[in-house]
Amino acid sequence: MRRYFGRKLLIYGLTFFVAATINWMIPRFMPGDPVQSLLSRHQVAPEAVPHLIAYYNALFGLDQPLWQQYLNFWGSLLNGDLGRSVYQSGRPVTEVILAALPYTLGLLIPAILLSWWAGNKFGAIAARRRYLDNAVLPIGYILSAAPYMWLAIMVAWILGSVLRIFPISGGYSYALEPSLTWAFAVDLFAHWVMPFLSLFMVMFGGWAIGMRNMIIYELDADYSRYLDALGAPSGLVRRYAFRNAVLPQVTGLALQLGVIVAGALVTEIVFSYPGLGKLLLAAVQNEDYFLLQGIFLFVIIGTLIANFLVDIAYVLLDPRTRVGMSGGSA
Amino acid sequence: MASTKRLAALLAIASIVVGACGTSGQTASPAGESVAPTTPAASAEVTPAPSAGAETYPRNETLYTTGKQWGPPSTWNPLDPNAAMGTVGLQYESLLLYDPLADTWDPWLAESATWTDPTTYTIKTRSGVTWSDGTPFTADDVAFTIGLGKIKAVGWNIWDYVTEATATDASTVVVKFSDPAYQEWALWTYDKPILPRHIWESKANEDILTDTNANGVGTGPYKYKTAAEDRMVYERNETWWAKAALGLEAKPRYIVDIVNGANNVALGLLMQGGIDLSNNFLPGIATLVDNGYVSTYFPEAPYMLSGNTAWLVTNDKKPPLDDPQFRLAIAHAVNVPDIVNKVYGNIVKAADPTGLLPTWEKYVDTAQRDALGFKYDPAKAASLLDAAGYKKGGDGFYTNKDGSPIKLTIMVPTGWSDWEAARDVIVASLIAAGINAEARIVDYNGLVDARNNFDFDLVVNNEVQISNTPWTYYDYMFRLPLMEGAGKNRNYGGYENPEAWALVQQLDKTPVDDVAAMQAITSKLQKISLTEMPVIPLWYNGMWSQVSNVVWTNWPSDGANRILPATWNGYWQMGAVKMLTQLQLVQP
Repeated sequence: MRRYFGRKLLIYGLTFFVAATINWMIPRFMPGDPVQSLLSRHQVAPEAVPHLIAYYNALFGLDQPLWQQYLNFWGSLLNGDLGRSVYQSGRPVTEVILAALPYTLGLLIPAILLSWWAGNKFGAIAARRRYLDNAVLPIGYILSAAPYMWLAIMVAWILGSVLRIFPISGGYSYALEPSLTWAFAVDLFAHWVMPFLSLFMVMFGGWAIGMRNMIIYELDADYSRYLDALGAPSGLVRRYAFRNAVLPQVTGLALQLGVIVAGALVTEIVFSYPGLGKLLLAAVQNEDYFLLQGIFLFVIIGTLIANFLVDIAYVLLDPRTRVGMSGGSA
Repeated sequence: MASTKRLAALLAIASIVVGACGTSGQTASPAGESVAPTTPAASAEVTPAPSAGAETYPRNETLYTTGKQWGPPSTWNPLDPNAAMGTVGLQYESLLLYDPLADTWDPWLAESATWTDPTTYTIKTRSGVTWSDGTPFTADDVAFTIGLGKIKAVGWNIWDYVTEATATDASTVVVKFSDPAYQEWALWTYDKPILPRHIWESKANEDILTDTNANGVGTGPYKYKTAAEDRMVYERNETWWAKAALGLEAKPRYIVDIVNGANNVALGLLMQGGIDLSNNFLPGIATLVDNGYVSTYFPEAPYMLSGNTAWLVTNDKKPPLDDPQFRLAIAHAVNVPDIVNKVYGNIVKAADPTGLLPTWEKYVDTAQRDALGFKYDPAKAASLLDAAGYKKGGDGFYTNKDGSPIKLTIMVPTGWSDWEAARDVIVASLIAAGINAEARIVDYNGLVDARNNFDFDLVVNNEVQISNTPWTYYDYMFRLPLMEGAGKNRNYGGYENPEAWALVQQLDKTPVDDVAAMQAITSKLQKISLTEMPVIPLWYNGMWSQVSNVVWTNWPSDGANRILPATWNGYWQMGAVKMLTQLQLVQP
């Protein structure tokens, strides 16, 4: 057991180092630099331009040689400092990200987990009921194949513009200030529903189809037929089939949790939801090295944690993993 | 399950919509079509969010705006060009206001400001003005603020020509000049804010820009209330001096400025009465104006005021674009009428051949322009090329004079959909005129990098905004020495003409009230630009502004309220602040 997790942790550590390095390098390969991007958006007197370039380069440490910048990056990272956002006027990146993170997590974790749970349940049931199968399968395909951007705009249009049930943009009403009141909580929830729903619908379709196909496959497998032939109750057969069918879904879940930030990007843009995805787009558009690094660091950490949790989940769900760990030949 | 039923219902609706779109062959129509067109105001009855009654900012006391902020408000430092919407103009104020529509100057924090002799500028500060912390505003604050220009990071170059700024008494500042740049100085007097000495004295060093100055102390009609990732909120300054001095009163108690999101969000909020003033470019807005959902400055085409000139910038260092005749041929070849009609649906106007904005009309030498100006005329383009000695190759396209093929590339930033459509028109019309061209797909930062380092053929640009003086326009066009690399923001094409640059400097040093002298110089500059075509003026980008009349009304318009309807940087001081004093509630 300890060797299994020790090996895993070592791999995670290496992955983190390599990913963080790549993540430091990539923005710097983009044409231009953040200071050029910043200055290009304002008409400064040409006489003042050289001074401003020098000022900003010194402020963000971009006047140092690249290798020094790389060392500085690790130095401050180990001190928990992600640097300062260029396009947000030197605001600490940690602060910028922490302000956006709750919106993204609050949106994606429920959407992913609920759609996973509901999709699996639904898919499993659909696999055994013809009339449900006929309904769920096309709906699932439509949901998972529709361009997400379009689907989200349709949701916004129907529920927001036509029926006017939910507000169409923002994290909370533009007429409110955050406070610990019912009114604010209700408002926060109202703004959360549409982005959540659009994500839920799309992911639900994917999970339901996946589970339905897996169950049909497992019910057709030799062990199921054998159990059937032995006269085992169909509930028992289904339970075994479900346990096998759920394993790939768990892996899929881990991947979903890992790309949590990228997953929310379009949602947050369509609904103007102030989360990490929107921030990521702005960081790219402004070549904000430090903000990009910071956000991707969260993605990396998120992926690694999700993978780790799945490793643990596998141990619990799949006896074969346990056998492998205790030295049995697998 | 109830949830599945709802889901199914939703899907049914969605599939109906898909079907509808499919059969009619149209793209998704603006959300407005489902609302009865005869009663646009009825939409106001519906509150979008279920939070009515608990609002911090009551709807009938709040103005909702959007358009300026492209990212979260992150600094309120009036010296930082990145400062949040309204920092300069609503919170901090300038000495004067300049109104481009009437071409008039209004005393603002200065009661008067005059040239007492050719190198002395005397400012009488307004009495009875207090900073929002209660401290009186004095001449000391003005002299101190001018002095801030000595700090390099502030980015003002006034001390290139100012020699001294002293407060001679509590309400008088005397500014001494060596060789005054009258035009630039005039720009400074309305564009730049006056800061309180008692607060900023301790911050006045090279790090002055790092101060984010949230909740700062200003003199203006509004005070910082709060800010979040997606909004900036101001509260009215109840002790604003202009109430007593000029009888002006800002009507909305709160201003909530919403950070720009996707187009569909701005459009949706505007249609629902959730935004009162949108300074976004919204494609297809003309239809909504014609149907009475929103209003614009003009009730019909061009709907918007002209805010800046969109040029085709040519790389004047690279053959064949280094040849003025070739550039002139391009100017004649580009189908600008198509851009105006088809790309923009007539919400913009074709540019004057001089490129000067309509507000600079009095400087246009019309006789000269009519004689030398270009217009869309492919035949003329061909004859210009033929006369200049360009020959067509076997593929039907013109070649360089040495016989090598020409293939021009055109850049606009990816995602700027109107410019992308305009670029396609330009490419098509160049090809039709026998000049081979293609789009170069590149994102904004890639474009800036290529442009700043002369790695381009053609690029669309519009960086000179409306201002008090055509000097800003010609400074952009003719600036020497050439700039390069990060921070380059003038003369992207690299057009080098020392004579033109000398005229620009001479213009800068012409007194603002000597219109005849300014006209004489600009006429010469126009001649150079019309014959040499350093950049090719195409159309005037609009001062995008669409308003909802659901809660607030009496907006700027071509009738009685000739005020700039914009919340962008610099526009408040060009008179837009008066828009806030003119607004009226629909239901008081």
